[in-house]
Amino acid sequence: MATDTHRAIDAVWRIESPRLIAGLARIVRDVGVAEDLAQDALVAALEQWPISGVPDNPGAWLMAAAKHRAIDYFRRNTRLERKHEELGRELAAREMAVPDLNAALDDDVGDDLLRLVFVSCHPVLTTEARVALTLRLLGGLTTGEIAHAFLVPEPTIAQRIVRAKRTLSEKGVPFEVPRGPELAARLSSVLEVVYLIFNEGYSATAGDDWMRPGLCEDALRLGRILAELAPLEPEVHGLVALMEIQASRSGARVNASGEPILLLEQNRAHWDQLLIRRGLAALGRAEKLCEGNVDGTPGPYALQAAIAACHARARTAQETDWKQIVALYGELVLFAPSPVVELNRAVALAMAFGPAAGLDLVDTLISEPSLATYHLLPSVRGDLLRKLGRVQEARAEFERAAGLTRNTRERELLIERARVCVSGSTLS
Amino acid sequence: MKFMMLVKHTSKFSGPPPKALMDAIDKLAEEAVKNGTMLGSGGLAPIEQSTRIRISKGEITVTDGPYTEAKEVIGGYAQFELKSKEEAIQGAKHFMELHKQHWPGWEGETEVRQIFGPEDFAQHIHELSRKAG
Repeated sequence: MATDTHRAIDAVWRIESPRLIAGLARIVRDVGVAEDLAQDALVAALEQWPISGVPDNPGAWLMAAAKHRAIDYFRRNTRLERKHEELGRELAAREMAVPDLNAALDDDVGDDLLRLVFVSCHPVLTTEARVALTLRLLGGLTTGEIAHAFLVPEPTIAQRIVRAKRTLSEKGVPFEVPRGPELAARLSSVLEVVYLIFNEGYSATAGDDWMRPGLCEDALRLGRILAELAPLEPEVHGLVALMEIQASRSGARVNASGEPILLLEQNRAHWDQLLIRRGLAALGRAEKLCEGNVDGTPGPYALQAAIAACHARARTAQETDWKQIVALYGELVLFAPSPVVELNRAVALAMAFGPAAGLDLVDTLISEPSLATYHLLPSVRGDLLRKLGRVQEARAEFERAAGLTRNTRERELLIERARVCVSGSTLS
Repeated sequence: MKFMMLVKHTSKFSGPPPKALMDAIDKLAEEAVKNGTMLGSGGLAPIEQSTRIRISKGEITVTDGPYTEAKEVIGGYAQFELKSKEEAIQGAKHFMELHKQHWPGWEGETEVRQIFGPEDFAQHIHELSRKAG
């Protein structure tokens, strides 16, 4: 019975903690303190619910418990006496004016969550700290779960979170949504964090599994929340579209023994049509909002989503509109000139106009220092060489790629491709 | 983890739900979309309009509703993406609370079924073969 209750508390915590912390952060103006107060409320629930049972409205219960602790916090905290008086008065005034503080918090919960997102992804923090803090505060993940997801020791993540909260407090980062010209830069930091979480789940950079679906789901959930909180930002919808469409392929990306299946080899019947529909709808929203832009062009996430949508719309691999994909990569390169994007454009070029056209572009990337240890460069080059019948060179490239990847599953696939290059059977 | 929630009711409650319940469900659904958990949902047409295509003893038969033997009828479904089964149970309980509150006398259930992802199939087959072997 007690374990059932504990499981229920875990679930309630995951559902309720982001808005609990966000609401408290607005009152105490410190994310770290807000999280501590929310944790105290959780401890109270862990003590009481196994005896009293889970209340009918567990979220309201937690909020009430946390609110009491917030008031105690103000009373106790003499070091911040002035602020305390000021905030204490404010809180008291709020309670007088609005008999039901919970309702007041509910009204503003959207704004509070958005503030919490921007603070968790604040540029004063390192990228790693932003990721950990976002998963912790907005994803409701425990330190242990984050550590497990990123294959990092738990104390490392705990340290990262403690330091991040201290940095926010020391730098006096305000609990607010940035405005004006600052908004664009800050929003892109938020989107970067969400996409980083998604990508770590979608193609794990290290470890034995190629995917960690839990992280993809966390990122998608964050993205969907963000799209509701900031519905007028085209790139938010662009990112959601990109993630929904990529996630739609999860069921087709690995075979029964966990080996990766390349996009064009996938059984499209295993693509999740519900997620594709959601992705295309989100892309439609992004494109519609872009029409209002000065130059009318979509941003980098919307462009990547549009590329993903080209695959999603094709009922068979042969139906793929590669020329459209080449054009979209061309636009993307203008936005964010990157050798990785160029490599992807090379693949699309090869599909649209033949392997030689792709290889020409790939060969210009060989001397690119940032790709020196990037396993996909020799992997793509090997593939194009093999298609051109240059099998010995192709094998050498696949072997080089296998030596560069840190992912076990991917390495096995590359070794297999190197092997079949010379044995004559084709894999792709 | 993805979940399918199937809402079933005893066949005597075939009429439309009270407005208060519909409003409460709308609000809940709106929240579930906002917090990124509900992927899609739908209500099903009355069982009288349904058709069953069934194989029994090697024969395929097609039968139109209503069905005399039907005691519980699926009225609607919703698909969610959640972190755990417990989270799904919490959500379903809340949903049923609304029925209890706004539709006195109503009897039915919400069935929580996980939709398997590729990793779950692998795990499931592994467990089955371990039990067998």
